[in-house]
Amino acid sequence: MTARQPAERWSSWQAMDSGRLLLFAAAGMLTVAAVAHTATVHIGLAAVHVAVAFGILIALGELLRLALPGGREAAPIATAGAMAYALLLYVKELPAPGLSLPYSASALQVIAVAAIGMTIGALPHMAAGRSVGVTGMASRLVAVSCVAFIFRSLTGFHLIIDQWWLAASVMTVLLVFGCLIDAVVGALIRADDLRARFGVALWDELRVQWPLALAVGASAMIIVFATESMGLPGLAVFVAPLLVTQLAFRRYAGIRSTYLQTVRALARVTEVGGYVESGHSHRVSVLAVAVGRELGMTEPDLLDLEYAALMHDIGQLALRDPIPGGATVLVSRGDQQRIAELGADVIAKAGVLDRVAELVRCQSLPARGYDPAPPVGSRIIRAANAFDDLVGGSTDRDRRTAALERLRLDTSSEYDAGVVEALSEVAGRRRSSRL
Amino acid sequence: MGKVSRAARLYIAAVVVAAVVLIALMPPGDRDVRWWIKLGVLQLLFLICDSTPTPLASRQSAWSPSSSATLAAVVLLGPVGAALVGAISVLSLRRHLILAERLFNGAMYAVSGYAAGRAYLALGGIAGTPVPRYFPGIIWPFAAAAAAHVITNHGLLWGALRLARKERGLGDRSRLESSLTLLLASDLGYAVLGLLIAALWTVVGAFAAVLVLVPLFVARWAMGQFAEQQQAYAATMEALCQAVETKDFYTRGHSERVSRGSGMIAREIGMRPDRVDAISYAGMLHDVGKLGVPTKVLQKTGALTEEDYAAIQLHPMRGLEIVREIGFLDEALTGIMHHHERIDGKGYPMGLAADEIPEFARVIAVADAFDSMTSTRSYRQARGIREAVEELRRGSGSQFDPALVDAFIAVLDREGWRLPEPAAAPLDHQTVTAQDHDDPTAPLRVIESL
Repeated sequence: MTARQPAERWSSWQAMDSGRLLLFAAAGMLTVAAVAHTATVHIGLAAVHVAVAFGILIALGELLRLALPGGREAAPIATAGAMAYALLLYVKELPAPGLSLPYSASALQVIAVAAIGMTIGALPHMAAGRSVGVTGMASRLVAVSCVAFIFRSLTGFHLIIDQWWLAASVMTVLLVFGCLIDAVVGALIRADDLRARFGVALWDELRVQWPLALAVGASAMIIVFATESMGLPGLAVFVAPLLVTQLAFRRYAGIRSTYLQTVRALARVTEVGGYVESGHSHRVSVLAVAVGRELGMTEPDLLDLEYAALMHDIGQLALRDPIPGGATVLVSRGDQQRIAELGADVIAKAGVLDRVAELVRCQSLPARGYDPAPPVGSRIIRAANAFDDLVGGSTDRDRRTAALERLRLDTSSEYDAGVVEALSEVAGRRRSSRL
Repeated sequence: MGKVSRAARLYIAAVVVAAVVLIALMPPGDRDVRWWIKLGVLQLLFLICDSTPTPLASRQSAWSPSSSATLAAVVLLGPVGAALVGAISVLSLRRHLILAERLFNGAMYAVSGYAAGRAYLALGGIAGTPVPRYFPGIIWPFAAAAAAHVITNHGLLWGALRLARKERGLGDRSRLESSLTLLLASDLGYAVLGLLIAALWTVVGAFAAVLVLVPLFVARWAMGQFAEQQQAYAATMEALCQAVETKDFYTRGHSERVSRGSGMIAREIGMRPDRVDAISYAGMLHDVGKLGVPTKVLQKTGALTEEDYAAIQLHPMRGLEIVREIGFLDEALTGIMHHHERIDGKGYPMGLAADEIPEFARVIAVADAFDSMTSTRSYRQARGIREAVEELRRGSGSQFDPALVDAFIAVLDREGWRLPEPAAAPLDHQTVTAQDHDDPTAPLRVIESL
């Protein structure tokens, strides 16, 4: 148990990890430099009304944030507005009809406007006591800054400004680039927060973000080109398609989280019925997900694993009398298998959770000696369930160590050695943190 | 065509003739190849939007921005172009449409497009790809065009619905029956998109259509995911509730039927669709707390001790404890907690009376008692629907809310009720409820201890 040292040192003083610190420093420096430069060098903003209009759009977008699956947060309208401001080519001037003037704000001005707009938009969130979401804002600002620096240095080439298709191609490339930056930063932060592998985190991030990124990118281009023909008053019109998208995503994310909450809640019926110890399902699911993440599972697999772990004891409902203490680790192999089968049947009845049912069905199989071997999720649930049955909600160090020793001794047949190693890693970490 | 009545056929023919005449009688203007290309792109856009509706607000009303293509054509092509774009809806890819519907839709959109185009020109709008100096001058003519489009479209549709009311739908019936604000909002959305397409066309040509379609397709994808998740959610909830019921042989399917009954009452008294959904979930979950009642109490055949009765009275609270963490259920929670309250205040757990009882709870109470009476119990056979209705009437005003009882009886008369399968004799090892706490005809017997 010597390898536990780094984990012990981890949680107490480092409330903010290095990756996040770096991100904040970068965003903060960009903001300060941009605001200072815009305020002093230019003595004021170039084309003030354009800056103000986009600032308002960005602030509104930041106000209308969107929760995405997996506890993520996005601000599609703010991102589209900021990207569009970075990519702006011409603005139709209303006082002088017929004229579309080239827009020539510096990259630093773009960053300043985006930063100020985001900050203003975040204030109501702060006032309402919601999380300010500084990390998300910083990540968006860094992405916008990269795009702005590159594109603003390209606007000197007349070829690009005068051919819309050339401009559109350059914009597409830059928007993809911007989204990638956002995803990489987001993945770095998540990998740090959740102790996931970076590659897996990046893959998850891209899979969740790409549909929205597509809509945001298209909307940014809509804003750029429509501002050229309609001028600023049309800004409200330009975001209409994106509003529809956002509405749809909100409902999607809403049902996803309701789903998870419901399974979490209903998994507790086994506790209320006295079949298992209070909090057992929840603890097993938290432990199983942490182990799965340690082993590099992707988010959809982790969701299946979480559902299966929450409902792994649901088969006990069919038992006439509860097992004493609900500890399935102590009952015979045959009973374990019967409970697993019954539970899997219940879940399979839903017709949409077949993979979850399979995980629950195989949880009673020993890790070795079966062909085909049970899926890794089942092996994780088996080990996590045994660990929790032996330890319960106790945080006693000796008891945990003893339980881990017992699991380790059984790795020749019962438990997967890799899973048990990951479990002891996670359990060690957990002991030193507040859980 | 057998389904379409004579009057409806005449009406459709009249609209089709009007559309053909309007298009055919237009003087051949200076239409070059570019005009026809624009027309083709907009027609394609119309068809794509038309065949991929995005269900946004509720299950009934879908949002398909095909009118935006017509309205963009008003600016880009003029009245005839708009009419031709609308007419393409004859070729709609939605398969379930019959020929009469196709013809009518095509003619209706053509006439509406033409009317919009005329309104646009009449107020000084200029047809043709706009140059920046047109803006913001063309906003007002465009608004008038959008209004003309809405009025003509809904007017023609209304006429068709009047004629087709007794037959199965012609055109999108639900669009008129959904709320007015929703209708106005979606029409405003079409207009805004149309203007946006026209404005983008100035700069990027036909690429405008692609740009506008991308966010809409992403929205559609997200709504598809939403619908999928929602179905999965309902199925999972049902499976879990069934798992809870396996504990008791006779109450199988009870949750599902109470959910159905509560939904029927809720719709009958005109609840909003989202509340109907919520009450269906609440009905599904109303007895989840029964799992906390010890099996020996449920199986007891004789009179209950006060402790036993207290354990039963606690089940709504236990249920609440389980489902409290489900975020969306705010109002449903009150329904689960109070579904055993009585109008006369003699219920449990709080002894609330009349209007103090949340509406959800009053609805669930009616459906709950009704299903209990119409299912078999260990101590009696299932009662018939008529008998159960009599019993509900008897309890109306004392146990149940009279208005809700009336609503339930009305909807039963209209829609009927699917009774549970007659229960076979339970197998030996199965748990059996000896006394049903939901059954108003056989109140629980409790030993009064002094």
